[in-house]
Amino acid sequence: MSSESASTPNWPEWPREGLSRIPYWVYSDAALYAREQERIFAGQSWNYVALEGEIPNAGDWRRTWVGDRSVIVVRDAKNEIHVLENRCAHRGVQFCQTHLGHGTEFMCPYHQWTYNLEGSLVGVPFRRGIQKKGGMPAEFDMKQHGLRKLSVARRHGVIFASFAQDMPDLGDYLTPPILELFDRVFDGRKLKVLGYSRQQTPANWKLMFENIKDPYHASLLHVFLLSFGLNRADAPNRIVIDPTGRHAAGMSWRAEQKRTEDNKEMRSLIEGLKLQGDSMLQPMREYERYTICLMTIWPNMIVQQQSNTLAIRQLVTRGPQAFELAWTFFGYESDDAEMDLRRLRQANLMGPAGFVSIDDSEVLGFTQQGVARAPEAAGVVEMDGHGWAEEADHAITESELRAFYQAYRAIMDI
Amino acid sequence: MDKSWSVSDRLTLRLEVEEFYANYIACLDEERFEQWPEFFTDDCFYQIIPRLNFERGLPMATWRSEGRGYLLDRITAIRKTSVYGPRYMRRIVSAVRLIEQSAEGFDARANYAAFETLPDEFTRVFSVGQSHDAFTRIDGALKLRRRVCVFDSELVPNSLVYPL
Repeated sequence: MSSESASTPNWPEWPREGLSRIPYWVYSDAALYAREQERIFAGQSWNYVALEGEIPNAGDWRRTWVGDRSVIVVRDAKNEIHVLENRCAHRGVQFCQTHLGHGTEFMCPYHQWTYNLEGSLVGVPFRRGIQKKGGMPAEFDMKQHGLRKLSVARRHGVIFASFAQDMPDLGDYLTPPILELFDRVFDGRKLKVLGYSRQQTPANWKLMFENIKDPYHASLLHVFLLSFGLNRADAPNRIVIDPTGRHAAGMSWRAEQKRTEDNKEMRSLIEGLKLQGDSMLQPMREYERYTICLMTIWPNMIVQQQSNTLAIRQLVTRGPQAFELAWTFFGYESDDAEMDLRRLRQANLMGPAGFVSIDDSEVLGFTQQGVARAPEAAGVVEMDGHGWAEEADHAITESELRAFYQAYRAIMDI
Repeated sequence: MDKSWSVSDRLTLRLEVEEFYANYIACLDEERFEQWPEFFTDDCFYQIIPRLNFERGLPMATWRSEGRGYLLDRITAIRKTSVYGPRYMRRIVSAVRLIEQSAEGFDARANYAAFETLPDEFTRVFSVGQSHDAFTRIDGALKLRRRVCVFDSELVPNSLVYPL
């Protein structure tokens, strides 16, 4: 898309009902997507990029994403972590093409411009020409042509990056109620990566965030979850939204596997459903309070603690009509073999083949099919009122969506 | 024991394994999922794992089944609990190789491809990879003790609903 079309948006006005409507043009407009890249992912945001345990040694790097831009997270010899845009300062080549690696420098294959692990340009072949012919002008300043460096924040083994240079402290960015829940899982114990999973869903990235911010659907769509009582509206639930509306968390406790007055509207609850492979779901209590905690951390991170499954879902935007969900499953270094196995077995609920997650990725695709063809229409989000509060003690609410769009509209200026 | 086969034994067994795969994928392509567990032993191990994890020794799989019960739960999910759109899946198995014999049976590898057709869409390549299979014989019939499908595709095209 040209910068002209990005700077001359032609999207309509937001519906006059305000926060209780979501106009469908937000899910398909190309100019809006370009503004999201600029103001959200490349703006004043701490984007999740990697875990420190993925790059334990000096020279280790991991290729990852901020919005739809490729970045490299690298540990240098002084144990500092740098996040560098994966784009050669010479001609724009995305020079790093492997996910994980180790080295002492980065070299672009095209003209072999070379950068150190801090992203500074250290080598330009034929800079002085050959036999005094050609070469760079004398005033060419290597210092002015390094890789673009992002700001970096680290907390308890989790690495965040920002294209903005004047970012607030990560703790202030997350705000106290969200920070407390973040620290519940990332409590300072060393993390152990159990593996990755990547899927592409044919839907706008916001629909994924909205899905996690929507506890209303969990007791209706997810037959597996609700039949086994893993996450159900008739069990105790708690919602926390940060004061800015950007981040949120939903917590719940496991419910009993039976029909009651409170769950009679859950048409798809199958009473007495039993697992044949019963070792899959034998959770062990790991944390104080809540058996499930799902957090959305603006703008690209979902932290999931579902019984013993721990995962980060990183949202990678792939144009207005698709997103990639990059899952990093993890545990703690201190886990024994039995806990490892428990996490691996329970992970059957999650990911592209998840007993629960399939429902979401499929329904998000169906949603995109509907909304992309009707940009003039709008979604109705009136469950639990028209505004939002920072706390709720039930799941029959769409307040997290209203909070999200309040923050979104302020940042996007729409 | 001798881990290799005589030429004639190998050719005979290879035909038998190829026939097994043909029946296996026909069962899945035709969505006769209730019969799918019959291709496995009761204590089978079945998983579908991204190549990145497999090659780095990372244990997390996209789909992990330990024993027949897990396979039955997947059938319950396909038939009753999962919400997903209609689709056709067509599987191809090729380049079947017998690797070696062991006390329990023998190992085989094959390439596989799975094509997916969604409503209103052209058919697409859904998954391409290699199967690492361990066979055993029960009452004369071949059964899978272990089947590990390692897929190359970096991104799963949305959802993996049916087995490979």
